[in-house]
Amino acid sequence: MLYIFCPHCGSRSQNEFAYGGDATVKRPELNKEISDQEWNNFVYLRKSPRGKHLELWHHISGCRQWIKVERDTSTHEIFKTYKADELTE
Amino acid sequence: MSQDFRLDNIGMVNRKKKISFTFNGKKYFGYEGDTIASALIANGVHLVGRSFKYHRPRGFFGVGVDEPYAILQLERNNERDPNIRATEQEIFEGLEVKSVNCWPSVNFDIGAINNFLKMFFPAGFYYKTFMWPPSFWYKIYEPFIRMAAGFGEASIKHDKERYEHKYEYCDLLITGSGPSGLASAYAAAKNGARVILAEDKPRYGGSLLSSDVNIGNQTGAEWSEKIITELKSMSNVIVKNRSQVFGYYDHNMLVMSERISDHLPKTQKYLPKQRLWYIRAKEVLISSGSIERPLVFGNNDTPGVMLSSAAKEYIKVYGVLVGKKPLIFTNNDSGYETAIEFKKNGVNPLILDTRKEPSSDIITEAKNLGIEIKYSYVVVAAKGYKKVKSADIAKISDNKKDLSNIENIECDCICVSGFWTPSIHLASQSGNKSEFNEKIDAFIPKKSKQKENTIGSANGKFTLEETINEAFNKGYEVSNKITENNNKVSIPTVVEKKSSEHDKFWCVPLPKGKSYKRFLDFQNDVAVTDIELALREGFRSIEHVKRYTTLGMATDQGKTSNLNGLQLVSDIENKVVPQVGHTTFRPPYTPVSIGAIVGREVGKHSKPTRKSPMHEWHEKNNAVFVDAGVWLRPRYYKQGNETLFEASKREAKNVRKNVGVCDVTTLGKIDVKGPDAAEFLNRVYTNAWLKLPVGKARYGVMLREDGIVMDDGTTTRISENHYHMTTTTAQAANVLSHLEYYLQLVWPELNVNVVSTTEQWAGAAIAGPNSRALLMKLFPNTDVSNEALPFMGYKEADLFGIPAKIYRISFSGELAYEVNVESDYGNFMWEKIIEVGKEFQIQAYGTEALSTLRIEMGHVAGSELDGRTIPHDTSLEGLVSKKKDFIGKRSLSRSAFTKPDREKIVGVVPLDKTTSIPEGSYIVKDPKAKLPNPKLGHVSASCWSVEYDNPFSLAIIKDGKNMIGQKLFAMSPLKNKTIPVEIVSSHYVDPEGKRVRA
Ligand SMILES: [Zn+2]
Repeated sequence: MLYIFCPHCGSRSQNEFAYGGDATVKRPELNKEISDQEWNNFVYLRKSPRGKHLELWHHISGCRQWIKVERDTSTHEIFKTYKADELTE
Repeated sequence: MSQDFRLDNIGMVNRKKKISFTFNGKKYFGYEGDTIASALIANGVHLVGRSFKYHRPRGFFGVGVDEPYAILQLERNNERDPNIRATEQEIFEGLEVKSVNCWPSVNFDIGAINNFLKMFFPAGFYYKTFMWPPSFWYKIYEPFIRMAAGFGEASIKHDKERYEHKYEYCDLLITGSGPSGLASAYAAAKNGARVILAEDKPRYGGSLLSSDVNIGNQTGAEWSEKIITELKSMSNVIVKNRSQVFGYYDHNMLVMSERISDHLPKTQKYLPKQRLWYIRAKEVLISSGSIERPLVFGNNDTPGVMLSSAAKEYIKVYGVLVGKKPLIFTNNDSGYETAIEFKKNGVNPLILDTRKEPSSDIITEAKNLGIEIKYSYVVVAAKGYKKVKSADIAKISDNKKDLSNIENIECDCICVSGFWTPSIHLASQSGNKSEFNEKIDAFIPKKSKQKENTIGSANGKFTLEETINEAFNKGYEVSNKITENNNKVSIPTVVEKKSSEHDKFWCVPLPKGKSYKRFLDFQNDVAVTDIELALREGFRSIEHVKRYTTLGMATDQGKTSNLNGLQLVSDIENKVVPQVGHTTFRPPYTPVSIGAIVGREVGKHSKPTRKSPMHEWHEKNNAVFVDAGVWLRPRYYKQGNETLFEASKREAKNVRKNVGVCDVTTLGKIDVKGPDAAEFLNRVYTNAWLKLPVGKARYGVMLREDGIVMDDGTTTRISENHYHMTTTTAQAANVLSHLEYYLQLVWPELNVNVVSTTEQWAGAAIAGPNSRALLMKLFPNTDVSNEALPFMGYKEADLFGIPAKIYRISFSGELAYEVNVESDYGNFMWEKIIEVGKEFQIQAYGTEALSTLRIEMGHVAGSELDGRTIPHDTSLEGLVSKKKDFIGKRSLSRSAFTKPDREKIVGVVPLDKTTSIPEGSYIVKDPKAKLPNPKLGHVSASCWSVEYDNPFSLAIIKDGKNMIGQKLFAMSPLKNKTIPVEIVSSHYVDPEGKRVRA
């Protein structure tokens, strides 16, 4: 079980969190004309990298904040965690 | 019965307390502190079971977790506990155990015929033997395998024992209380670290309990007693015996199984049987020691052949002799230590040493004691069926290939030592890739992937001095990283006998013309010939060889067999062991009971049960409950002998005719507050929200980004910047996470806060033509007329002194209101409604009637919003704004969602007006069409329409809009029904919605 550092609460067990997928996906702006392809990429297409991955976790049984976690998908090493509005490196 | 093999003046069992137990129905005595193994051996019992494949007699091989043979079944109070290792289970008064894998008895076992049919059980027999002829499988092979397989029989009854879970955090977890565990725990604890020291056995000290050594002028046993006493007294230390750390998981999470009352005669009511500890450790020191390696020779599985270290521990710890005419077969000095203990206790051993001319302190001591030693000698084969009676021994040539001078000598046990294998399981589980150490012919941990270090003999340090020094230093070093106390304790001096180098020889060749079975894996009956066959058949990777032969795949995880198996593969392949590599170790290190893993989350504790504040009233009024998510909701209120069908019909009818009240507390509720709340709702919902006035509610539908309907519900504008959102019971948690996602990550510029208020409000839906009249009596000071409180209106009012909120919304399609009060007043509100409602013929109604009411009105719910439908499919497209953007809107223009014959919701009525249509039925044009019959759609929900008194269903079918009026068929292959039906509008009752606005 992972041990995730929540920037709001401190280190907490994985079972307090829900996984939220790729944190680098950006939702297209509202009211903007976009192609089927672009929209399809946003809704369905995700990379599944082996290695470093910036992902979202939701601290649902804690502060209820969405946070960004930089994790190695093969070793589970967590390099850094960020608040939702914090700039990532 | 006298204990012929018990020594008088040695051992740690409590001689003052005699304990009786039964084994296979026969009564035996032992002492407090005995294991089943030590007590049986003391009584001269060595035959305890039959082997897995060939049903060969099985005795004892080890003295702890490494035991591959003595797997028994414990029985108490008609409960069965399989897979119990006799070497670990302590005896208690009244303990009953029996053998497994033998029928009809351990002494006469029919399955032993397998031993003579061994041509049917070669490597890979699972894949080969039983394949042909196919007709033999069910009748002959399978019943036979089933009877022959397994290590006991699990109880099929409910396990009444209590199991617990515990979460713990520490600076340093130390796994094993041998010399390295004790020393490192002491050094770390004295340096202020929070330490957990776990020991799988009842006694602390590990090898110190049976070694002839001195630490700081005390015997090993005295020193360990002193250290453990001091550790127990320290507030920063948790010391646990009978506790096995069996799994090393991510981020230094380790799991430990504590046997709390397995060794006690009768569990106290609230004393758990076992406790599972989830331990998050900043650092881990693995001090799990090492396990002696067997030597391989003919019939080396005969009862009486055992590890020499085990024989020594039986003498030193339990005061038990494993035999009175022992043969010691060794390739290193450890066998001598065992021989010396035999000799000191009045028994004359014979040592066979594979080495030519070794010399060391220990060997000299053995010689001085007058112990007979034969060098360059081996055991060729053990003789005897149920117990060793003699052994064929022989001189072995210098190149270890040829045997000479074969003779038979009498003996009653053969104690083997093939040197030591570090227990690297936990290190391996942590991700540490081990490396082969040529000096000890075994793998040791290499580079840590997590915060762990392996110390002592688990790290290949086989002298006590090295071990103690390494452990004190590591204990200090690791703890100081955390505490920075710089408090270093002095390392005691160690006195031990020097030993000489071991011999790499491990497998005795077969003499000419003999074909003795030489076993590698004692639990799965894997012999040298099996590995040879697997390699001949082309299996190369050690992982494949393992699976094909089942080497190391038994419950003992190959603790005694892995390395010998690897050696054999390397020898045949002319490789060295590191080239072959070793198989992966996975948790658990030792078997863990399912009960311990599940803990207390069983039966009704498997998930939380949520009850509304009105739950007691429902119970008192004969409610029959149904699970709705984690909630319990009344399904119907039973009157007399009513069935579900009769009761729900009565309740629903009464809503249509008079007035009913339904507990809607379980609906999800979310407060949405902030200056940008309206804008936010406008983006979340498909319809327009910017112009909703204060004091008004609106029905809304929200989508996922892929265009699928996520949830629906009404949201009310309580004040300028405050909205009260409702969600379905099932989606409440998902909707909150969804809203938080958009507020925190996508549109952080919106000034809005959301919080769940589901549990803060108790809700009652009052529905039916009499509902306004009832409301007027409930709220005499509030104007609830159609003008003052119109459909979708909202008012705050006073309910007999309690502040209440009235929402004029309707799920039943009738004139209806939902009244909310703070949860604590829920029951008060409910009882007032029932009391005042009497004169209007009020009746409480449950979820079944609620379903009936909404289905015949064509209102959609979870069975239509099933994660596959878009607004169009459920006739909610009128709520989709064309002017503004919202979550998921772009997806709605995808071609699949806009094709003209897209599925749409319809009503379905059976032509005979009497046959109910099973939910899930397919709608088809031709019931006799060739399979697979092209289906138009499926029936999502069915009810008995109380308005028309005939069955009515909702279905989502292709081109539904144009199907109305068509005669089709509903088919349910599950219920074997084909029903002719007519397709009608989904709004079966009051299609214009007049009643809700009345
Ligand atoms: Zn948090």
